[in-house]
Amino acid sequence: MAVEEKRAWALAVFAVVGYAVYAVLVLTRMDGRPLAETPYVGPLLWATGLGIVAGIVSGIWFGIAARNDGLQVDERDREIGRFGDHIGQSFVVIGGVSAMVLAMFEVAHFWIANVLYLSFVLSAVLGSLAKIAAYHRGMQ
Amino acid sequence: MKPTKVTNSIRALRFAHGEMKQADLAKAIGVTRQTLIAIEQGKYSPSLEVAFKIARVFQVSLEEVFQYPEEEDE
Repeated sequence: MAVEEKRAWALAVFAVVGYAVYAVLVLTRMDGRPLAETPYVGPLLWATGLGIVAGIVSGIWFGIAARNDGLQVDERDREIGRFGDHIGQSFVVIGGVSAMVLAMFEVAHFWIANVLYLSFVLSAVLGSLAKIAAYHRGMQ
Repeated sequence: MKPTKVTNSIRALRFAHGEMKQADLAKAIGVTRQTLIAIEQGKYSPSLEVAFKIARVFQVSLEEVFQYPEEEDE
């Protein structure tokens, strides 16, 4: 498996696990309150922070593990990387526009922050899945 | 993301050149072994630069390495 494919898998798994843990933490803090009034800032900061750190550390780890394999990234990896990033970025744009609309209607900060976080997660997951699919099914 | 229509004879050329290993050919042309495997399987069309490098390693013309079938309506 190419190093970049391993990185894509790691990013997708960390994004899904991070979001699942965040969702559980927030839902268990409801205590009968409406969802929009549930404390979410702490879990959100931890989930995003740990997700970023895990992505960087795993990327370095895969690089070190493959240090004796010679070349790690080539033109195909870069091409697939651009393809996956293109897919992923579209969800960041959708999230940004959604957050902007919610802000215009003065919706609770909870929903704006969660729409943005969900868009980051979808961007990471679907961008990574697009890369993995390209590695397996091919690019032309 | 259909497999490319371009076919190639890399596997046959490798065997004709002393059963050259994929890793050795990959190193010679500056790609990873995974990419060479993808090229051999027709899952990835390499850049012209890499295509020429492959042809040079085997000292053959580009069309002896890569083939592209003519379309019926051409």
